[in-house]
Amino acid sequence: MREWAAYSLEEDGGRRALVVTGPLTISTIGALDRELRAFQGHVDTIDLSQAGAIDTVGAWTVLRFSRAQDAKITGAGEQASRLLQAVEEARSSAALLPPRSRLTLRVPETLGKYVVEFGTSSRDMLGFAGYILVAGFGLLRHPSRFRPKAVVLQFELVGVSALFIIGLMSFLIGIVIAQQGAAQLEQFGAQIYTINLTGRLSMRELGVLMTAIMVAGRCGSSFAAQLGTMKLTEEVDAMRTIGVSPMEALVLPRVIAAVLMMPLLGFYSAILSIIGGASISALTLGIPFHTFLTRIQAVVPIYDVWVGLVKAPVFGMIVALTGCYQGMQVQGNSEEVGLRTTLAVVQAIFLVIVLDAFFAVFFTEVGWG
Amino acid sequence: MNEDAIQEKVEAKAIDALDEDFDGEYPVVIKGLRNSFGDQVVHEELDLKVKRGEVLGVVGGSGSGKSVLMRSIIGLQIPDEGTIEVFGRDITEASAREDMAIRSRWGVLFQGGALFSTLTVGENVEVPLKQFYPELLPELMHEIARYKVVLSGLPADTASKYPAELSGGMKKRAGLARALALDPELLFLDEPTAGLDPIGAARFDELTRDLADTLDLTVFLITHDLDTLYAICDRVAVLADRKVIAVGTIPELLKSDHPWIQEYFNGPRGRAVQNRPEAAKGMDSHGQTGE
Repeated sequence: MREWAAYSLEEDGGRRALVVTGPLTISTIGALDRELRAFQGHVDTIDLSQAGAIDTVGAWTVLRFSRAQDAKITGAGEQASRLLQAVEEARSSAALLPPRSRLTLRVPETLGKYVVEFGTSSRDMLGFAGYILVAGFGLLRHPSRFRPKAVVLQFELVGVSALFIIGLMSFLIGIVIAQQGAAQLEQFGAQIYTINLTGRLSMRELGVLMTAIMVAGRCGSSFAAQLGTMKLTEEVDAMRTIGVSPMEALVLPRVIAAVLMMPLLGFYSAILSIIGGASISALTLGIPFHTFLTRIQAVVPIYDVWVGLVKAPVFGMIVALTGCYQGMQVQGNSEEVGLRTTLAVVQAIFLVIVLDAFFAVFFTEVGWG
Repeated sequence: MNEDAIQEKVEAKAIDALDEDFDGEYPVVIKGLRNSFGDQVVHEELDLKVKRGEVLGVVGGSGSGKSVLMRSIIGLQIPDEGTIEVFGRDITEASAREDMAIRSRWGVLFQGGALFSTLTVGENVEVPLKQFYPELLPELMHEIARYKVVLSGLPADTASKYPAELSGGMKKRAGLARALALDPELLFLDEPTAGLDPIGAARFDELTRDLADTLDLTVFLITHDLDTLYAICDRVAVLADRKVIAVGTIPELLKSDHPWIQEYFNGPRGRAVQNRPEAAKGMDSHGQTGE
């Protein structure tokens, strides 16, 4: 059992003394501290001569009580006096939490901050897109500065290594569309339209959109994290001092890779999605695999393929832009790399979906519905 | 509320593991320690004793395993072989209850301060208090946090600041305040002056020595800093060739003929510190107190 510090009161010639007994340490002070805080009445002196070991918490408790009572401390040993003095010198009444304004003020303040941040970051990102264009034109004028190795490396990271996961995802989505579509269309006896549904949806929308989301998750995040870390370790600054433009060496290869790889991945995704639809149709709907594919040729207009392929590089551009932009914005500590990476992915997916809605309306209006 | 009720309430809240006492001469005793990462052996047959009340400096080249040694003692690195006794209990085999008791009696300052970034400095100091002594009143915890911040040499208003708002030196002091939160008997400092400017480093050394004397601390101090060694260490342990090759006061170590020790203390930097008058003074006033 722990030995708790305690006190007793002694009366001597009209003067009341509080005699502290037991060790005065952080592990034994809990009860005494509460008792002294609740203490009613008055004492003239505090006698420490019967107290045991003491640490700063014990010293503080005694000191606080002696100040509240305006009582003198007597019988303090060498160690106790030293600690009392140290604690006395370190007394402070500073707040432990930063001041916060009232809720009614904080809400509009935070909202305002977000609006301003949204404005400045939109402007900055537009500026960053401009930088990329300028760097691109610079590269066209001086083709010798082009870095084929860096671009090919990014091809592999953005394209080749994503083939498996994008293929699998598209295949499964194809299955879901065909299966769910058939379940609804069956009610009208229009089961055969499952082929139209799967083919057109995959080519126009889902192939490219899902690929863009996957690329945002895989590559947008890694662009932001890579560039952010390079900024933290001053690699980017080192490049600048040697005369290498980070835009040309780091950002452009990533943007080029994303723009060129996205149409390929999007098309690949659409094909895999159709194969998924065909497989499930053959298994459960009784539409032979071969028939499914020949019907696809008949019911999917060629402009559906163009719609998908036109959107893909734009989405790739968006993903690379947000990833690189957020990465290059990193400043200060490693925590920010994480924040910026998250932001890059969220912004990329959001922008891709907004643009996709825009494209959908646009292409229908121009007659490619 | 009457006193018995208070007593009962406090006892109900208190963690009952924390009433151990230790009176031995050596709070830390390491025997036959072996640590390795894959094929790379960091420590082998390493023995070291830390005396009660001393400031023990631990030096060694980069990669000689100083930090690994500290991590082994505080239980963050499980050694391959050997025993590490802290306050008379083997840390590698301590039960959860003993572990709690040991942990309540040491404080650790990590290299970067390792402050919890979502809490203010004051709240950081309160974390160990809440963890180990839930019976204390919140008011008392706030008061403790306040004076510990000042005791660690920070301005009082630092208590309400977040770690991100502090400079490197202030972060270390804030880390020290948290390490001191429980009034530990044993304090581990991992390169406390690394990355500080010479003035800040000297102040930190002074603070460490002051606190060690005032609070009767036993300090295990890893350092690269020759000034720190001369200024505040009672004894110095030298880590090389995977073990502690020598422990002693600086004058004792200077007599050693081990090449690494010779190069360390008698290299250009070592000589520069030795020739300074205050270094000689430091050796006189603290050189023998650990004996």
